[in-house]
Amino acid sequence: MPVDFRLPALGADMESATLVEWRIRPGDRVRRGDVVGAVETDKGVIDIEAFDEGVVRELVVAPGTRVAVGAVLARFEGAGTREAAPPAAPAPAAPPSAQPAATAAAPVAAPAGPVPLKGAGRRRVSPAARARASQLGVTLEALEGTGPDGAISLADVEQAAAKLPAPAGGHSMQEAIAAAMSRSKREIPHYYLSLTADFGQAAAWLEAYNARVPVTGRLLYAALVLRAVARAAHEIEGFNGHFVDGSFRPGAAVHLGVAIALRGGGLVAPAILDAESKPLAALMADFRDLAMRARAGRLRAREFAAPTITVTSLGEIGVDTVFPVIHPPQVAMVGVGSLVRRPWVIGDTVVARPVLTLSLAGDHRVTDGRRGAQFLDRIRALIEDPEAS
Amino acid sequence: MTPEALRERLLDLLTGVAPDVARGSVEPGVDFRDQFDFDSMDTLNLAVAIHDALGVDVPETDYAKLSSLDKCVAYLQPRLAPGP
Repeated sequence: MPVDFRLPALGADMESATLVEWRIRPGDRVRRGDVVGAVETDKGVIDIEAFDEGVVRELVVAPGTRVAVGAVLARFEGAGTREAAPPAAPAPAAPPSAQPAATAAAPVAAPAGPVPLKGAGRRRVSPAARARASQLGVTLEALEGTGPDGAISLADVEQAAAKLPAPAGGHSMQEAIAAAMSRSKREIPHYYLSLTADFGQAAAWLEAYNARVPVTGRLLYAALVLRAVARAAHEIEGFNGHFVDGSFRPGAAVHLGVAIALRGGGLVAPAILDAESKPLAALMADFRDLAMRARAGRLRAREFAAPTITVTSLGEIGVDTVFPVIHPPQVAMVGVGSLVRRPWVIGDTVVARPVLTLSLAGDHRVTDGRRGAQFLDRIRALIEDPEAS
Repeated sequence: MTPEALRERLLDLLTGVAPDVARGSVEPGVDFRDQFDFDSMDTLNLAVAIHDALGVDVPETDYAKLSSLDKCVAYLQPRLAPGP
């Protein structure tokens, strides 16, 4: 039975995307979670993954085509292999009888019939080239690659960008951020709280830990903060989830969005999935992997769509306190300022301690300042006592 | 390894951990942070890459000595076993 593979929504605001490349061709066998191609959205170039098992029968949309969310990108021959797919998977590629619910309403902007593909449909593009092309607004499909096997290199992209008539692109991400933030400020009645955490014990613990483990296992202090936020969000209701259609829907798991600045401007906030249940080392490994892929332009679709609460840190640039703007449909964002040494009173003595300013933007439709204070204080307690958490 | 070979190797590692950095644009004497917004995550990734590729385990207290290409070469050269 043929199964439609449709363009998933990669975030609340996304309406369409441009197919950048296919990484499959007809006849290939795909498994759930395989990266099958990449699309460009306002947030940059994002890998898209198969939702199901099957054999690729047809690539419906050609690279370079702009398509609406829900449009059919490809068809897989799924019969006989469907029982292998876990039932919990989000299923835009469900059998046609089960289709109408989520995606059928979306208009199909793609060409109606199959589009002949130029070449084999598979372009080799270096991650750096892909990221740069996204920043500069260069369409990869139009390029001649000069790298190995015709791969598109960074130089190819920059040459192509130099030929563009105007300083094209580059602002689309800023526009997308502005649109989401305008919506946030329009719809979400924010309240703000902030407190300062004594990071002394955590810093000593971290230093001892990092001296003990090989370089591959070392932690950044951010990992302690991420774990504390994930656990507190799991414990205290009202901060982890989405506000949709007039009501708050708590998230079952904490998919912790992490704001990652991109070199050359822009910001993405993909999620560490199931962060509340991950040990510190796993959380750190995920965080590292996410940051690296974000900057290489190799994030996966579900990481974009997933966040149920987000953490943003501007500490490394010397900011004391962040006043976050909540990313709809989420209902809270935690801000992390600089880790700095400051005079701190312990008993009757003033001592120099490393301290960290934590802030919370909460949504008054879901929680109030008192609940927010409990949440922030719980984060503080978890950070201050790393052994206990 | 000669300083020149080490420098080339480090450029490989640097562009590996920061694929959005163009190899030809790296200024050896300028701090990575000032050149391309290197942060603590990038520094950790570079330390891991150095460990995996060159076998040198840079302690956390020495990360400041990896802050530019020139500094990396100066720090790592004496720590590498002399080649054949």
